[in-house]
Parts: sequence; C-alpha cells; structure tokens
Amino acid sequence: MELVVCIKQVPMVSELPWDPATGTLKRELAEGMMNPACRHALEAALQLKARQGGRITAVTMGPPMAEEVLRQALALGADEGLLLSDPAMAGADTFITSRILAKAVKQCRPDFDLILCGCYTSDSETAQVGPQLAEELDLPSAAFVEEIDMKKNRLIVSRFSDGFIETLEMKLPGLVTVSTQCYTPRYFSLAGIEAAFPDGAPIRTVRAGDLGLDPESIGVHASPTRILKVYAAGADKENIVLRGAPKQIVDHLLNRFGDRIGGAMGKDIKKNRN
Amino acid sequence: MNRKNEIWVFGDYRNYFQNRVTLQLIGRAVELAKEIKATVCAVVMGHDLDEWIGEYMAHGARRVYVVEDPSLKEYDAETYAHLTARLAAAHSPEILLVGATSFGREFAPRVAKRLNTGLTADCVGLAINSDGLLVQTAPSFGGNLLADIVTPQQRPQMATVRPGIFKEIPHNYEAKGEVIRIPLPKDIPARRIRLIKSVRQTQKPQKIEDAAIVICSGRGIGTQKKFNSLYELAELTDAEVGATRPLVYAGWADHEDLVGQAGKNIRPKILFSFGVSGAIQHTAAISGAEFIIAVNKNPQAPMMKMADVAICADAGQVCAALIRELKKRIR
Repeated sequence: MELVVCIKQVPMVSELPWDPATGTLKRELAEGMMNPACRHALEAALQLKARQGGRITAVTMGPPMAEEVLRQALALGADEGLLLSDPAMAGADTFITSRILAKAVKQCRPDFDLILCGCYTSDSETAQVGPQLAEELDLPSAAFVEEIDMKKNRLIVSRFSDGFIETLEMKLPGLVTVSTQCYTPRYFSLAGIEAAFPDGAPIRTVRAGDLGLDPESIGVHASPTRILKVYAAGADKENIVLRGAPKQIVDHLLNRFGDRIGGAMGKDIKKNRN
Repeated sequence: MNRKNEIWVFGDYRNYFQNRVTLQLIGRAVELAKEIKATVCAVVMGHDLDEWIGEYMAHGARRVYVVEDPSLKEYDAETYAHLTARLAAAHSPEILLVGATSFGREFAPRVAKRLNTGLTADCVGLAINSDGLLVQTAPSFGGNLLADIVTPQQRPQMATVRPGIFKEIPHNYEAKGEVIRIPLPKDIPARRIRLIKSVRQTQKPQKIEDAAIVICSGRGIGTQKKFNSLYELAELTDAEVGATRPLVYAGWADHEDLVGQAGKNIRPKILFSFGVSGAIQHTAAISGAEFIIAVNKNPQAPMMKMADVAICADAGQVCAALIRELKKRIR
C-alpha cells in the first residue's frame, strides 16, 4: 500500500513558560514536538504497512526546523519524508494548508492509496485540514477513526460518531483522520534512530515554486480568514464568588449554569423556580 | 451586492444532543440577525423531516430549506456537503453556522472548501462587529488562548460552534415560517462510503484527558470517604475523577488519576475542583479547562482565583448537596 501520513510540528505547550504579568504564553521559547494525534496517525500507518506491505511517506509543512518531526517519523518506521517549507507558506489557514498539501501529494505521490492525518492539532485544534484535503483531492474521508483494516481492496474503519459506533467501508484512494483513543504510538527503536540520521536521510524539501504554486495563492494573504486578536482565555473571567449554605449554593449554581453543565454532559438539568 | 441577507443554521438532528446544538445556534442566530437585519433560516436534509422542520420554526427559524429523499436517510458528510454547498451557492447566505458535533466537524470543512470560504472551528463565541462582520471566537492551545477571527471577503462566513455555548429560544408552536423544498438533484455523486453498521453507543470508555467533565480533588476534601463520594457525583455527570499529588501519595487515588505536571493534562468543558489549593504543578495542567467551578474554604487559594465560579464552603458538603440536587434535576 502506498501510504501518506501528514504530520505537524507543534509547540510543546506544557513546557511553555508563562508570562505571569499577562497570563500569556511565551511562544517563541517553545520547543517543537510531533503533534500527538499525528503520532497516532503514523502508528496506524505503521500497523497497516506491517500487515499489507508498502511504503509510508511522511509529509509536513512548516519552517525548516519541522524537519525534526520527519526524522522522528523515519526513526519510527516511515520510509520517506517530504518537507514543504517556504516563507510564502507562512501563516496559511486550513483552507490554504490543505491546498498546498494536496498539490504536494498529487505531485510527489500521485499513486497513493490512503492518506492518514491526526484528528486535530494541539495548537490550533481546528480538525479541518483532513476533511479539506479530502475535498481538494476529491476523496472519500472518515474523520476521527479508531480502527482501520483492509478487506479485499476496500478500507474498513470504525469510529465513535455522535453517540454511534459506526463501521464504514471506503473505496480507495481515500483519507482518514485518526483519533487519539487508539493506536498508542510506539517508542523509537535504536535501529530506527540510526536509520533516520544517515547523511542521505530520505527527506526532500519542496518549495512553493517546485509545486507550481504562485506565492500570491498561498500564505497568509490568500487565506479567507483573518485573525483580529489573540488573548489569554480567562482574562475576562468573572470569578463569581458564592457563599452560604451548601443547598443554596448548589441551587444558585444549577439555576445559573445548569445549561452549561448539562450541555457538557449531554443531558438536561431542570431549573428550580423557587 | 445582491444578497437576500440570510443566516443559515445547519439542521443536525441525528441524536438528542445534536438537535439541541442546532436549536442553540438558531437561538444565537436570531440575536445576530437583529444586528444585520437578516432572516434566520435552517437548512435540513434527510428523510421524514417534518418533525425537525416544525421544531426549527418553533425555535426561531423563519425559513427552512429542505432536501428530503429516502436516499438521504443515512448521514453522509460528502453527500450532505455537496448539497449544502449547492444550496448556499444558489442562495448566498451571509453566515452559515454548524454545530461542532462529530458530523459537523467533518461536514463543515468540506462545505467551506467547496464554497471557497473561511471556517472557524469549535467556536465559543459569535458576535457582529462594527463592520457588520461575524466575529468568531475560537480557543487554541488547549484553551489557553482565544482568537477572534473574521472572514472579511468570502461568503458565507462559516463557523462550527460547540454545544452548550448558546441558549435555545423556548419553543413557540404558533410560530410561522416558510418551507422551501428543493428536489434532490439528479446529478448527485454516488457515495464512496458505505455504512456497514451503526450501533448506538452505550458506555464509552473515556480517558480523563478527553472527558467533557472532570472532577478534581485535593487534600481539602478532608477524608477518604468524602473523596470516594466524588465517584458518585462522577457517575451522575458522566465525569472522570482526578486527584492532586497528596491524594495519590496517600493512596486514595492511582497515579493514573494524577492531574498535574507529572501526570495528566486535562481540558474538560467543565472542571469541578474540590479542595484544591492550586499549586502551579496542578494549575498548569488544567489551564485548558473551559469553565472551572472550584470549592474551597479558603477564598484566597490560587485555585479559587482562577475559577469561573468560586464556592467558598466545605468541599464535602457541597459535593453531597450537588449529588442530592442533580438526582432530582437530571432528565
């Protein structure tokens, strides 16, 4: 099977230093890591390859340092790495990112059978690039899958979806995004690490021009969305203080925030009129 | 510009929870519509839809676009996206809102791509700014940061919105509206995904990192008996229980349940925090929580300062009262 895994390098948020004065993150001090869900997607690809044979191409888009996650993918068992890196690509939203990824896959791996993505990234959390990449390449897709198998030439996937456990059969070529519930990522083997760092590690850097992409059609200016501002969550928190008898407090809490609590549970919490 | 000025809400109805988020979005759309003088419309597709058409109108939609056909009975993101994009291209709505359900989060990106427009994922806020643009507030970095995002040029302005953020308008079955039925196009592409089996999920084994509600406890809970009563509260609220380091050391909780720098990072929609003082090792791991309800006798505890609701009382007593009250109120 010809497998393509899209991975992203994200900042290691838990290690990020906080600015206590503003409550914001000092992002420039961030160390990069492979996005957790992408590790699950890679693991799913590695298991598929072990059963079906084939080749895994790991693709990432990002600054030159994103090569690190490709090396990590190679160390874990991917066969080749594709680094899409160009200053013109900086600041792309999901709409543009999926356009660039699609172009790269079409050009570098036109004979792919399956594209695997993580279900979302830990930094922007949109979960949009997978479905939009499927749309760009005119592929069937299944998001947030838990199990992947092959039956004859069809892909069989299962997933949790809005309270249902679905089993789906997909024609290939296709795309899946892999949830973080299954396919627990493996650790590096020593041989893998050695394979990832020869002088001629099979990593190819691709620029916008190589893909025939006009710099005007990609990057921050081409994105349909604009970020107006970014701010620390909680800066606008009300910090409501409740005191009194436990019963009164709980009544107050549930009357005022019962919808919110119930919403998180997926159940209705009745309001008390008294 | 020749626009009808409509706000569309995608009618997601497959289960109770999805239906609620649709109604919540209609509720919010009614408020937004006043500011840009728009008509609130629902768009719904599937089979046997009368119940939903009536419900959307009763909850605030003034126009409902309907594509009804037996072949649409099963949800399919690709087919539904194809139809929705065609409808939107024909009617040019200003705004298209979709619930951030499993289905919505796969369906909406496809629609946005087809319509060449922007999409903001998993919004926790929607407002109209002075330019008449939809300001979409979305969390990033596990909820540590919020971003205000607009789509200045392309239309529709699209967002998926988390369930439970907005309030639905109480139903009014007297409400009238227009139903526009669109026949299923003949050239609709064949499905490339076949649903083999769909089973209603009973109990999903969930991890604390993914739980929508987490109940965290610290030393301030007092006794092991009171700590154990949190599991009853967890059962009522489909929550997971976590603990701070002292409780793990005391053997009341497993190391697996440790929420903190050396343990799990969590990002629930609701965090109940009982008797937690709020050491940095713990607060760093819960900064992704969307809404924090903290209970502590000491109002000066850091945990109380970072809470949305700080309850100044005995943690064990509040837990007991909460269990009693929820048993009465949960439907």
